[in-house]
Amino acid sequence: MADLVLKGVEKAYGEVKVLRDINLDIQTGELIVFVGPSGCGKSTLLRMIAGLERITGGDFSIDGVRMNDVPPAQRGIAMVFQSYALYPHMTVRDNMSFALKIARKSRAEIAAAVDKAARILQLTPYLDRLPKALSGGQRQRVAIGRSIVRDPKVYLFDEPLSNLDAALRAATRIEIAQLKEAMPNSTMVYVTHDQVEAMTLASRIVVLAGGTIAQVGTPLELYERPRNEFVAQFIGSPAMNLLGGEVVGIGEETIVRLDGGGLARSAVPTMTADKGLRVNVGVRPEHLRETDGDALFTGEVAITEALGEVTLLYFTASEGAAPLVAKLPGIRPNLRHQTLSLTADPDKVQIFANGTSLLYR
Amino acid sequence: MHPALQALVVVAVAVGGCIAYFLLSNLILDKVLFPARGANAGRNTNRANLIRPWLFLFPALAFLGLYLAYPVVATAWMSLQRDNSFVGFENYRLMFAEPKFGESFFNNILWLVVVPAASTAFGLLAAQLTDRIAWGNIAKSLIFMPMAISFVGASVIWKLVYEARPAGTDQIGLLNALYVWVTGADPVQWLQLPLWNNLFLMVVLIWIQSGFAMVILAAALRGIPEETVEAAVLDGAGPFQIFFRIKVPQIAGTIVVVWTTITITVLKVFDIVLAMTNGQWETQVLANYMYDKFFRAVDWGMGSAAAMIIMALVTPILVWNVWNARREMR
Repeated sequence: MADLVLKGVEKAYGEVKVLRDINLDIQTGELIVFVGPSGCGKSTLLRMIAGLERITGGDFSIDGVRMNDVPPAQRGIAMVFQSYALYPHMTVRDNMSFALKIARKSRAEIAAAVDKAARILQLTPYLDRLPKALSGGQRQRVAIGRSIVRDPKVYLFDEPLSNLDAALRAATRIEIAQLKEAMPNSTMVYVTHDQVEAMTLASRIVVLAGGTIAQVGTPLELYERPRNEFVAQFIGSPAMNLLGGEVVGIGEETIVRLDGGGLARSAVPTMTADKGLRVNVGVRPEHLRETDGDALFTGEVAITEALGEVTLLYFTASEGAAPLVAKLPGIRPNLRHQTLSLTADPDKVQIFANGTSLLYR
Repeated sequence: MHPALQALVVVAVAVGGCIAYFLLSNLILDKVLFPARGANAGRNTNRANLIRPWLFLFPALAFLGLYLAYPVVATAWMSLQRDNSFVGFENYRLMFAEPKFGESFFNNILWLVVVPAASTAFGLLAAQLTDRIAWGNIAKSLIFMPMAISFVGASVIWKLVYEARPAGTDQIGLLNALYVWVTGADPVQWLQLPLWNNLFLMVVLIWIQSGFAMVILAAALRGIPEETVEAAVLDGAGPFQIFFRIKVPQIAGTIVVVWTTITITVLKVFDIVLAMTNGQWETQVLANYMYDKFFRAVDWGMGSAAAMIIMALVTPILVWNVWNARREMR
């Protein structure tokens, strides 16, 4: 049981503010993922929640108790580090029992907690090994086990999978998801720069950019209704296409004349005052399809990448238009150097003015 | 010839000689012994490359043999002789019977127990306390500075600290000045207090070696992954628990290397004792005992026997030290 509340939280190193005005309500049982590009402050924010970095402004509370000046060990949190941070001189069992020994728990209690965690994480055969005798994935499980035995209110994960290879990363991601299932009442905060992890694990995602929160929402909200161009391009791969244009038709359905010559129809409603507004139209590569009718975009395919289930088409930047990427189903390498007309369903087309989505004004 | 000119000539001859040796020996190997020509070019190249390392090693091996290996063997042989005739272990028997040898041996053990432990402990303390503070590097330089002083120089400094002047006069020795000022008693001849005077001599070496221990251990402390310390903070460990249960175990290997390195220095301790008490007042140690036998009593047999004893004590620690240092590097 733990609700985390951040109110106007700030982090400043001298004059430089690396985090500004962070407001966030995290409810019991949520798995919140912080994503953002390198240097956006996501790890710093996590470390502030952990108590490893001082909070220089605003209030942070767990279950209504202000935590700004509470020592890390008394916040009821446990953290899994990117580098695992296992104690190299201790066996797996000692690594997992260290916190409980410090807390002067009884031997029997410690043994029970460690054995239980080891069973959950399938670490029982390795309990007497040193960390150096374990593989990367096993070390990461020990790090998770070290958190579990403490039975914390809040779990913090700092890019826990980034030191693992691709296959192991996918497997461990699923293990973490299962762990969350098994502990519905624990709150988890997870930092990553990998949007697949964010999309698959999160109950809600917090996108951080330049030291502020760009948007908070469920993975699908972020995907379908991005608040601004940053979130639109950060979530989804390849990134959403942004095409400059001018609003020519208003109402329930908005029509935008694009600088490249095409017409875009969007289900985002507009008002009379919007006529003539300079906007960017956002279309995800996977929402573009070939058409014989009104084209949103017409251009020549420069490069194709056949991935099996889909083919990525990279178009050359034509006069006045940005380079565009489309994702078509199937294997279509023969489209190279062909001229193609593309369109998208109006309810998949976003409109941004001054970087902000018209859905959120 | 002017001495400076002489020195230049020597340098030129020495450096030129080295270069000439390498050039000529390689030339002979490649052109005369195994030329890479004709029917056996490939075989000859391989053979030349088998021999080449030895060409490079030869000068070092020759000088090490002449100045290290030969003296060891000669000393061992000399320790079995008396007045140029072979007497077996007579020298050792005589030496073991001497009370001064027993005293030296006992004192050496005392040095062995106290100095490495104290130096390592102080070094570790200094390393931890100066870590991550603004003026830590200045403090470290000051603590390290005694390393740059010769043992004899350090002894002179500390002899002044222990200096005693007649009662009633101004005490120029720091220790007596404090002692007289605090207790009001008469000054004490510190270096003549049996057993305690050993400790006062050891302080000099501890003062010197703590800096060495600190520098090595500070580097080792820096090498500890910061995350393990942070994880311990989150696990609820206090500063002492973090230091003793997280940090010290992670640098245990380095501590052992530092400890054994100082141990070897301690076993060889000579200058400090010679300069401060010359072994009087029951402060004799093995190295100074050996020096006494060799150069004061001119007893080559017993001097050599003492030297062999010192070597026998140092060798196992040296081997262990090298083994540990290698393991640390891996």
